[in-house]
Amino acid sequence: MGRRSKIGTSLAVVAAMTLSACGGGGDDSGASDTVRVTLVNHVWTENIRKALPEFEKQSGLKVEVTQLGEDQLSDQYNVKLNAGSSDIDVMMYRPLQEGRLFAKNKYLADLTDKAKESGDFDLGDFQEAPLSATSYEQKVVGIPIITEQQVLYYRKDLLEKSGFTAPPQTLDELKTQAAKIQADNPGVAGFVARTGKAAAVTQFSSFLFSFGGDFVDESGKSTVNSDAAKQAYAYYGGMLREHGPANISTDMSWSEAMAIFTQGQAAFYPEANSLYKNATDPAKSKVSETVGFAPFPAGPAGSKPYNVPSWGLAINDASKNQSNAWKFIEWAAGKEQTLEQQKAGVPGARTSVWENPEGIATYPKDMADAITVSLANGVGHDRPLVERVAQAREIVGQPIVDAITGKDAAASADTAHEAFQKFLDDEAR
Amino acid sequence: MPAVTAPSRASRGASVMPDTPGWARWANDHRKWLFAAPAMAFVAALIIFPLAWTAYLSLTDSSGSVRAESEFIGFRNYLDVLSDTTRFWPAVGRTAAFTGVALFFEVVLGMAIALLLWRPFRGEKWVRVAILLPLVATPVAVGMMWRLIFDPNIGMANQVLGWVGIGPQPWLAGQHTALPTTIFIDIWQWTPMVVLILLAGLTSLSNEPQEAAMIDGASAWQRFRHVTLPLLMPTVIVAVLLRGIDALKTFDILYATKGRGGGSFHEVETLNVYAYGLSFDYNEYGLSSTVLILFFLIIIGLMWALTARRKKEAGR
Repeated sequence: MGRRSKIGTSLAVVAAMTLSACGGGGDDSGASDTVRVTLVNHVWTENIRKALPEFEKQSGLKVEVTQLGEDQLSDQYNVKLNAGSSDIDVMMYRPLQEGRLFAKNKYLADLTDKAKESGDFDLGDFQEAPLSATSYEQKVVGIPIITEQQVLYYRKDLLEKSGFTAPPQTLDELKTQAAKIQADNPGVAGFVARTGKAAAVTQFSSFLFSFGGDFVDESGKSTVNSDAAKQAYAYYGGMLREHGPANISTDMSWSEAMAIFTQGQAAFYPEANSLYKNATDPAKSKVSETVGFAPFPAGPAGSKPYNVPSWGLAINDASKNQSNAWKFIEWAAGKEQTLEQQKAGVPGARTSVWENPEGIATYPKDMADAITVSLANGVGHDRPLVERVAQAREIVGQPIVDAITGKDAAASADTAHEAFQKFLDDEAR
Repeated sequence: MPAVTAPSRASRGASVMPDTPGWARWANDHRKWLFAAPAMAFVAALIIFPLAWTAYLSLTDSSGSVRAESEFIGFRNYLDVLSDTTRFWPAVGRTAAFTGVALFFEVVLGMAIALLLWRPFRGEKWVRVAILLPLVATPVAVGMMWRLIFDPNIGMANQVLGWVGIGPQPWLAGQHTALPTTIFIDIWQWTPMVVLILLAGLTSLSNEPQEAAMIDGASAWQRFRHVTLPLLMPTVIVAVLLRGIDALKTFDILYATKGRGGGSFHEVETLNVYAYGLSFDYNEYGLSSTVLILFFLIIIGLMWALTARRKKEAGR
């Protein structure tokens, strides 16, 4: 009896000590000069790696970068954060894809005080929509670093050859021009876009918004079977079916669709502007000389492309090196680096860099114009804003692939609506 | 209590080792456990614990994060999964089709190639190396390579078909052609392994039964059917067992060629791909564990059936 209670007490003490060591914000119990940063393959990452020595000299810290592809990054987080691992300090993540889930699971450290107290950082400089996407329950849990707007990539030479003087202003014109160019150039598709069920959802969203639809209405009910949504599904799928590449695969993400465009096999391609270097870099693209950019064409509800924060930086809540981790974010998402990134073609989330003429001077002229339009009419999301985004994307993406393969898009939208409403109800519980 | 047991132990050990300390005698008495302990601890840590943990998770509604609170819900996940006709059962069907068809061709082709390589011939070494090449390639790299070859627009496969006047095929991109195409890739990659195993079995066979059959006037087919094959049967079963389990669990080739969820229509979603999606895309750890446990039971069941067959063969 006596011995047992002794063991019990000591266990409780150990447990209490362990808990107190883990708990609380701004943990620096394991402060180290080495900051471990996990980043995704992206132009932003390439740029930041080049600038790293400067930061290391300035701060006296050492930065250890792990760089992964999008899917591998996601898997890595799922495993490590689930296990409460402390060997990631700073993480690059997708606020709209994983943000809510991560915040709810308490994987992301609260950065509110750090961000507000830092003088040069100037939290007020961030655009409102991106910052709200990296906040959770009024707390800042991430800093947006890259924003994306959808624009229309097109081939100037093909337009000219078919007698068009300007890129399409409306979705109807887009259809006409794509059809004409396809007819004039055998072997070249009029239109290409992402086709994968989940991958296409974000690029489809601008079509949905421009037809006057959305995934969810203000009361949180599914609207993927609204008339506007049905038209948008039929349009997007129909364009790929009738004017897309022959034998089209329904697995294409941006890399496959971009490859078709940059190989010179398609005339129009709606895609995120942050990927434009893939099309203008002669080393990667056969059409670097002839690619043009236009604002997203207007639908019945006008031109409504998305304008979203695609990537952010956050601190792993289990990290024991949080002050130094913040120093990295303070620098990498600071005014100076954001301007450098913007000049190198990565659209930032700070108001100051967009107001600065230097910030858009390096963009192709038509790209800068297109972005201006997107910033003015942009919608702040490009996928359903839910916790289990991957699942939601598959549900609302089903009518896209059904439309591409020639099934009844409207019927598929009705089915998707039912499934999506069930999903939303389930999530609300 | 110790005071009572000590004398009996001491008297037992005393005649053998009069001066050894108590712990050493204890160790000597329990040496079979002691020596096996490291291996047992290893098995417990790396196999039994994960398995038990998965089994436990499968009885909870764990989702979002495994560290989040979850509720014990008994066998509800099992009922949900077993009554799911949109994802689970089609995945079971695809797993069976993938494994069955791939295994059949791998064994038949493997046997044919092994018989060809059985007797020594000129340039034998080179032929063997060439045949074994696919085996040493990384499955993900193999998947990438075939994805390029089978690309419906710029791939080599359609170009070659064009030369002989056949129109382009969608291959991996087609809703109904994707699974057969991945099966083809699996056959391409893994037939060499079957060849290797069967060849090892063939070389260990003695020549006498063959010669006896020849003297009796048996044809080549008769010799194969009634002499070689029965003698080789235990080896064939080993090959089927090893390759079958592996084929059931195939993930890399499917993931590399069709990505998450086995394509937009789940064209190549097998049980393994489905379980992966449940945990890594959907964060449904309870459901995912349920699928994995069911999958595990299926594999154990098949393995048991095959080894029982093998014992029967061996006993004949």
